[in-house]
Amino acid sequence: MTAFLELDGLTRRFGGTAAVDAVSLAIGRGEVLALLGPSGSGKTTTLRLLAGFEIPDAGRVVVDGLDVTRAPPVARRFGMVFQHYALFPHLDVRGNVAFGLESLGVAAPELDRRVAAALELVDLGGFERRRIAQLSGGQQQRVALARALAPEPRVLLLDEPLSNLDPALRERTRRELHDLIRRIGITTVLVTHEQEEAFDLGDRVAVLRSGRLEQVGTPDDLYRAPANPFVAGFVGRASSIEAVVVALLEGGTRVRVEGVEWGVPADAGVQRGLIVGQRVRALLRPEAVWMARPEPGTLRAVVEARRFAGATSLFVVRTDLGTVLEVSGPSRAIAVGERVGLVPSRRAGGGIHLFPWEADG
Amino acid sequence: MSGPTGGAGRRSQLLAWALLLALAWLIVYPLGLVLRDAVHSSGGWTLGYVRQFLRRPTEWEALWGSLWISVASVGLAGMIGIPLAVLVTRYDFPGRRMLAGVIALPAVLPPLVGVVAFLFLYGESGFVARAVQALLRLDEAPWRLEGAAAVLLVHAYSMYVYFYLFTRAALLSLDGSMLEAAASLGAGRWRSIRRVVFPALKPALAAGALLTFMTSLASFSAPYVFGGGFRVMTTQIVSTRLNGETALAMVETVSLTLLALLALVVFRGAERDLGGSKGTPPAPARLRSAWLRRGIATLAWGLGIVLLLPHLTLLVVSFVPLGTWTTEAVPPAWTLANYATLVRDPVRLRPLLNSLWLATAATVASVAISILAAALVVRHRVRGRRLLEGLLALPWAVPGTVFAIALATAFSVHAPWTGRVILVGTIWILPLAYLVRNLPLTSRATLAGFRGLDPSLDEAAASLGAGRWRTLRAVTVPLLRPSLVAGATLAFVTALGDFVTSIVLYTYDTRPISLELLGSLRQADVGVAAAYGVVLMAVSALVFALGTGRGGSGIA
Repeated sequence: MTAFLELDGLTRRFGGTAAVDAVSLAIGRGEVLALLGPSGSGKTTTLRLLAGFEIPDAGRVVVDGLDVTRAPPVARRFGMVFQHYALFPHLDVRGNVAFGLESLGVAAPELDRRVAAALELVDLGGFERRRIAQLSGGQQQRVALARALAPEPRVLLLDEPLSNLDPALRERTRRELHDLIRRIGITTVLVTHEQEEAFDLGDRVAVLRSGRLEQVGTPDDLYRAPANPFVAGFVGRASSIEAVVVALLEGGTRVRVEGVEWGVPADAGVQRGLIVGQRVRALLRPEAVWMARPEPGTLRAVVEARRFAGATSLFVVRTDLGTVLEVSGPSRAIAVGERVGLVPSRRAGGGIHLFPWEADG
Repeated sequence: MSGPTGGAGRRSQLLAWALLLALAWLIVYPLGLVLRDAVHSSGGWTLGYVRQFLRRPTEWEALWGSLWISVASVGLAGMIGIPLAVLVTRYDFPGRRMLAGVIALPAVLPPLVGVVAFLFLYGESGFVARAVQALLRLDEAPWRLEGAAAVLLVHAYSMYVYFYLFTRAALLSLDGSMLEAAASLGAGRWRSIRRVVFPALKPALAAGALLTFMTSLASFSAPYVFGGGFRVMTTQIVSTRLNGETALAMVETVSLTLLALLALVVFRGAERDLGGSKGTPPAPARLRSAWLRRGIATLAWGLGIVLLLPHLTLLVVSFVPLGTWTTEAVPPAWTLANYATLVRDPVRLRPLLNSLWLATAATVASVAISILAAALVVRHRVRGRRLLEGLLALPWAVPGTVFAIALATAFSVHAPWTGRVILVGTIWILPLAYLVRNLPLTSRATLAGFRGLDPSLDEAAASLGAGRWRTLRAVTVPLLRPSLVAGATLAFVTALGDFVTSIVLYTYDTRPISLELLGSLRQADVGVAAAYGVVLMAVSALVFALGTGRGGSGIA
């Protein structure tokens, strides 16, 4: 896949701090890339650098082989959907959707046809005369999408496209958005702080922290092989516990966790140059640990709370040394206050990740 | 183009420097020349004039007069305005909404009109005085409306509206649930008022007080017409200058400016807004006793009518033929002749047309500059933006008389290499003066409008391929319209009725309504003077009604 949109060492400083710090990404034609990160991670600034609302202090933005780093937004032919939509309140739906086409000099009969087509695309056919204030949040979001798509941009940029919708609507809108951008096949970059949204919408996900790119990959890559504790913790649930490497074997690694030895299958964690005797941070997915009877050889703990979630629940357990972990298990089998023994689940594949203790997270 | 947070583009920055330079030339430079002339004579630098100023008891008298009359005006205006605001927001009675609007009317009327209207009603030959005279069978008028008391009365009368408007707005934005919260926490009625209501009102009260203080410090028409032997600095400056003691007038001007700036410093901080709360205002109390309700209604309406009576008198007088109305309770004859004179006599019509075009030109220019400045300050975040904002607000802090003197000083000399050209005596000086005085009004509204605008709307337009010009025309200006209209309305009405600056700078060809009004009054042409006053009122009210009708937010 050759890159259609390329970010090359993009850096943007505000005052002394770098909001975006040497971020490089290559996005293929028609690919959907999600920028994921907590607030302040630089994901929105990255998007604004792409849109041309910010000029980078260093680095380049290349589209289709052409450097547009310093091109004004007008010249980029990128469509953008803003977080709060930024629909023009003094224009009706038609006026909003036609705005970009008018910039291109599209005139009357063609203009109406393309406005209607764009509205049809988002299932708002016949809404031309509605005023923006009369629309529901979901409809506004779709008008914003139609407005961005109408001039047939080269790249679609979405800034937290679902954050302004109520939760009930968010899931459905996400499906529609997912289907729409794939049907059109438009190269898309979207910003979100919700992992679920990023995983659902993005072909690939780029995780950002403090302006730096931590990891980029398919949702599967990120979940199964997080590059560091931060990514592991940000992408899905994970509890952290201290461990020491006892042996490095063919089939996996043996570690000692609070006095008990556990075998971690090779495919379970990312082993990066660990040595025997090294202090490590083990990150456990809830499903990677199994609650057995508190027999010798198990990591003994007390169940402190249960969060009911249907057939399985999330249990909060505290080990005898005081570490708090989240473990999933069958809802009915275990009660709060019960003593349990934790062992690595046999089907733990991808559920336990070992990192050098110094690695932050 | 660079983004809003990406630092200013070169062109914007250049434009900003140019604008700063122009404003400095128009606003700061003339004031600086006044300051220089106060301590400079043909023989070089001197403190002679300052010493002369300090030695004259009349100067101290005038300065003290300006100060105490302003403080007293704040007190008296507050005593009228605050209870009125409480009355119309907290109690429900018949006609409450209408009254609430009616008593805000004087806000849009030129001060001179109020002064003249007051004269017609309460002056020694006014309606009330004559009625009392007839009733008590006195030989002469029972009182003379003159001196400090008269000035104070006129001030309180025309400035209560500031307290009224600010207090009412604050009461309406009060969150009703805050009062409920206070009550649920066991606070009694007085404790609620002291601990919850008063702190919420404080910024509004401070703003009202500041506006009243500054307005009465700068007040010219009232002391000019009613002052008699009572000295205040504004009128003193003009008369000193007429006496030919130019340098002394400069020292006086500086002293008045210092007093104004001192007031600003004192009030600073108190005015700061606490930020609007979101909740719904407490509902006006339904008075249970019908007797009490009637009492409150009578009180409120009575006050309202008393406050509007002068303007009604003005209206009546404008329809009375010259010399026919003497002692009767109702005018014996009615006529439209006074208005006919205004339209038919070209000499009388000229001031009307003058004021209209002067005010229009000054307002248009001032709005255009404000849009440019607001875009540079808010959107492009140019360097020097604080300075730009400060310069735009400065003319508000400086009394009108001071500005008039400053402009008259700066632009009466032909010395292009020092940035001075002769404008005094040309038709350009008045529009320029109005423009400078309008800038704080329009720029304040425009800046607030720009700040309230979601910057991503501009970005959305840019991402949709709209250039700077199309974005301004198709997105920014339409969205700013309410603020632009509000600012422009206020500016137009102020310029239309201006007297303070005009009396210093007018020429025969540009004489505005206000001067002609006073001239007619001097010639005892009372009907025509009243007709001028009514026209001024009507145009102001019409413009204001149009302005607020267009989605303007009323008083900016």
